[in-house]
Amino acid sequence: MLELREISKRFGSFSLKEVSFTVMPGDYFILLGESGAGKSLVLEAIAGLVEPDSGAILHDGRDITRDKIQDRGTGMVFQDHAIFPHLTVAENLSYSLHGRPSGRKEKQAKVSAIAGELGISELLGRKPGTLSGGELQRVALGRTLIQEPGILLLDEPLSSLDTSLKKELRRLLRSIHGRGKTILHVTHDYEEALSLATRIAVIGEGRIIQWGTPAEVLHHPKSEFIARFAGISNFFPARLLRKDSACHAVIGGGNSLRLLTEEPEGEGYVLIRGEDILLSSAPVETSASNHFTGKVTEIVPARGGMEVTFDAGMELHALITPESAEKLHLLPGTECHIHVKAAAVKFINR
Amino acid sequence: MGRLQLVFLFLGSLILLFILAPLAGMFLDTPASRVFETAGEEEVRHSIWLTIGTSLTGTLLFAVAAIPLAYLLARKQFPFKKIVTGIIDLPVVIPHSAAGIAILGFVSRDSILGQIGSSVGLDFVGHPAGITVAMAFVSIPFLINAARDGFAGVPVRLEKAALTLGASPLRVFCTISLPLAWRNIVSGLVLMFARGMSEFGAVVMVAYHPIITPVLIYERFGAFGLKYARPVSVLFILISLTLFIILRWVAKEREGDKVTR
Repeated sequence: MLELREISKRFGSFSLKEVSFTVMPGDYFILLGESGAGKSLVLEAIAGLVEPDSGAILHDGRDITRDKIQDRGTGMVFQDHAIFPHLTVAENLSYSLHGRPSGRKEKQAKVSAIAGELGISELLGRKPGTLSGGELQRVALGRTLIQEPGILLLDEPLSSLDTSLKKELRRLLRSIHGRGKTILHVTHDYEEALSLATRIAVIGEGRIIQWGTPAEVLHHPKSEFIARFAGISNFFPARLLRKDSACHAVIGGGNSLRLLTEEPEGEGYVLIRGEDILLSSAPVETSASNHFTGKVTEIVPARGGMEVTFDAGMELHALITPESAEKLHLLPGTECHIHVKAAAVKFINR
Repeated sequence: MGRLQLVFLFLGSLILLFILAPLAGMFLDTPASRVFETAGEEEVRHSIWLTIGTSLTGTLLFAVAAIPLAYLLARKQFPFKKIVTGIIDLPVVIPHSAAGIAILGFVSRDSILGQIGSSVGLDFVGHPAGITVAMAFVSIPFLINAARDGFAGVPVRLEKAALTLGASPLRVFCTISLPLAWRNIVSGLVLMFARGMSEFGAVVMVAYHPIITPVLIYERFGAFGLKYARPVSVLFILISLTLFIILRWVAKEREGDKVTR
């Protein structure tokens, strides 16, 4: 367990303000925030690269706030991987094994084991200059994992990769987590956060704004940053099914949504932006594939328009103009037809 | 090609000519047989070995402290850093004969350093040790500045990564910072060595004897005239050039596969 207690740190004109959160064993904990929110500084404080001005960091009950970097039991993977360019992949991987009592054979065995696990066995003799971004990130992961850290700290590990590599690396991270590794991962990408996290903390301007499960954070956004994409408002755990080349996301309560995605079948989340929901007072023929009827439960001003909440077997939120609200005579209790284009339904794999 | 570029090309050629013409003239005016003859002279050979030896010793000896200083300058912010940087460049901007006078005062038998030297039987004045000090004094800025640029080019991120992998600061310096700045450091070492070898003004104040080649050239010119100073000059230039080409080549070879960051 990793616990941060009111960590504060001034860093030039920026400061971390009483940052507290707890990463439980086995968590995939994501620290989500825009760039400049102080995410990397939090990781560096945990790893021991910067010393906090006040507060405490506890790892498995032990105060490590002022411990030496190598005594903390943490392992860090840097943004842009930070692979040593003058050493081979094998030398990079074994860098942390220096000075340990284990013999040469044992070290070699460890290097080949970790290389096998990460699918980089063929690269061991190569110099980093000849590797692709995805390969470099694998080497970086391997170099850190070989230390067998109690907690893995990842600083924007996917930000420098293109979309297909991102997916591949996400799978890899998920499998590392699946093998029981506790992970604290910093990112500005909410999709990455939802895709991987068991817990999310939102950080902004050096402060933790909110933390909880992905569902808690997205359903009750406490920050502009979250609200902007959670302004989406429609967020459901779902199971993706493919039937005759058509995709359906099955949501709890027997509801299901038609959608377009190339993701494989499996568990994940469905997101629909409030502004992508179309309303009508009578059933109409549209190109939308998803039709529901629902009862207005609430109607409140939001983001320059009106946010209308429906009970349609699931809770749906639509963002419309005040004029539309008036035209459709929307009041709490009104029955309404709801239309959602399949293309407006976004699925994020877990 | 535009007219302006032609003008620039013309001006550039003039400069190249300005550098090459005197050297070429000297080489053409000196028969190869005279150069070989001079190379056979005991006095000349001795002076060349002495020049190479003292400059090399000074370079290697002072590098031990100059490289860590360069690292500090590249990585740390501290009060009066600009002044420290200025002090390091001092030897380049002051007249070298004046530098020689200053060093002479610093290492003479009356000075503290001179007395410490004397107590272990080392006299700087008129001794290769004095020559080494004088050469190092005028040439050390080249090494410090080159090494500092080299260290500044090593991403801090790589050093941090090494620290998180459990390396001590000393190990990080030796296995990450030093190898990645190596190219610049070697180039600084070569420059310092070359600058030391060619020093005349500061050395001649501290030690006329034993005689290094630049002083020998001056002595032959003073005693016998231009014609007698030429063969030893040509010989010394050839040896210097050969050395630097070899050193550069070795440094490049060592670099091997290009370092990418």
